[in-house]
Amino acid sequence: MIDMAEARPLARAPNSPVRKAPRPSRSIAPQVIDIGVQVTVVAVIAGIWEFGARFGALNPFLLPPLSVVLERLWEDVLAGTALVDVGLTLYRALVGFVIAAIIGIPAGILMARSAVVRWFLDPLVSIGFPMPKIAFLPIFVLWFDIYDTSKIIMVAFSCFFPIVSATYAGTASLDKWPIWSARSFGAKERELLWEVYLPMAMPQIITGLQVALPVGMITTIVTEMLMGGRGVGGAMIMAGRFADSVGVFSGIVQIIILGFLVVKAVELLRRRILAWHPETRR
Amino acid sequence: MSSTLDAPRSRGPGFSYTLISVLVRFSPVLLLALLWEALGLSGLISQQMLPGFGEIGSAFMSMLLNGDLLYNTARSVGRAATGLAGAIVVGVMLGLLMASFRSARLLFNPIVQIFYPMPKSALIPVVMIWLGLGDSSKILLIFLGCMLPVVVGTYNGARGVNPFLLWSAASLGASRFDVLREVVLPAAMPDILSGCRTALAFSFILMVSSEFVIATDGVGFLISSLGDGGQYPAMFAAIFFVAGIGFAADRTYAAFARRLLRWREA
Repeated sequence: MIDMAEARPLARAPNSPVRKAPRPSRSIAPQVIDIGVQVTVVAVIAGIWEFGARFGALNPFLLPPLSVVLERLWEDVLAGTALVDVGLTLYRALVGFVIAAIIGIPAGILMARSAVVRWFLDPLVSIGFPMPKIAFLPIFVLWFDIYDTSKIIMVAFSCFFPIVSATYAGTASLDKWPIWSARSFGAKERELLWEVYLPMAMPQIITGLQVALPVGMITTIVTEMLMGGRGVGGAMIMAGRFADSVGVFSGIVQIIILGFLVVKAVELLRRRILAWHPETRR
Repeated sequence: MSSTLDAPRSRGPGFSYTLISVLVRFSPVLLLALLWEALGLSGLISQQMLPGFGEIGSAFMSMLLNGDLLYNTARSVGRAATGLAGAIVVGVMLGLLMASFRSARLLFNPIVQIFYPMPKSALIPVVMIWLGLGDSSKILLIFLGCMLPVVVGTYNGARGVNPFLLWSAASLGASRFDVLREVVLPAAMPDILSGCRTALAFSFILMVSSEFVIATDGVGFLISSLGDGGQYPAMFAAIFFVAGIGFAADRTYAAFARRLLRWREA
């Protein structure tokens, strides 16, 4: 059987550390103090990075000053290369992810509803889920060459398993009462699917998507590093091979921003799609 | 057929019965393997692209006998285990600190928030610049990549502990450290363990991918050098072997975690 235990920490992480448990009464809103302190922490770290590297406490090759890194990033943005790289990386990650969702969600629902599909897919998914999918990359390179096709297929392959198992787990464990009452009101199977099964399984499905998306990003970066060419991963590994540490760190900054935006976007999407769900009102 | 999924195991689990039920459960895998073999034999897809299982098996045996496979696996697993162990020790401590002390939370939370969504494979060139091509760069990568899931899992688990348990322990005279060790740690254990499971999966991903990119030995290096040399049956054999190890590690860990949590009611 598929075990979704590993889906939990990632899924809960997005809404965890910051906005937990407002403390009981105090005159200034404690959140404001908390946010202020945390912004200060980030600023201090950035300051240590900048001045430590500048005044020789840290080796400027190993950790180039933040301002130099940002300057390089700005030049790349003006030259257009940064946007092309980030755009390509995002395109590969998202296309692979969407393909995995388009195949994985229906497959998971079918697994819950049809015994034949379950017989066929359950062992494949339970074997495939815990495997390090990235190891299969050379096979995809062999089959589909080194261009976008193999990268996107690799991303879709690694995103597929978390999505299908979350969808299956979500649709297999539905509460029977709403289904029975919908049936007794004369709903057809098709209506049941759209009006009952899907909405009830939606939180778990989105959790699966939230697990899959970072996996897809990790995979995209690795495929780009291995096959070279444009894309943030390719640019970073080139910079690394030429010992251009400023280029490497400018890539890191791009990826941090990209990862942050993508993860937050999915969180927002979750809150929108599940606006009706009790979890949103917590 | 599907009844095997939830079949009552009341018939004594004799060896032949278990064997048959495993075979039935995994028959789709066998079907796919047969399809693979048939496609290769029919000549629709070249043998280069889809080597038969006989070839893959003999390549596997020869790699096993000349020690290539075991040596590289030992190197890789050594790195992954070192990085992962460090990540779990540091991650659990950091998570508990963040859950128990507001100052630690304020200090580390912004760092976790910034680095948690970052795809960790992006750190490969950074560790390459810092530590070169040897073991230490990959160990650092695995350590950094695996730490955050453990920190977040521990933090969530430790913050979610029922406050009544904490209050009753304190009212019975437990010191702060006692409460941490006797109440918070066991209560947070399920979340810690599932964080560690994510970390285990990450450690394999990062191990293989860093060895693809920068390495002079290890299974990732073995796979990519076999692929570059056009020795495809051996490459397939090594890939299936690595995937099998990853699968076995996850299953072993899941069994271990279940054992550790036996004391919990359902």
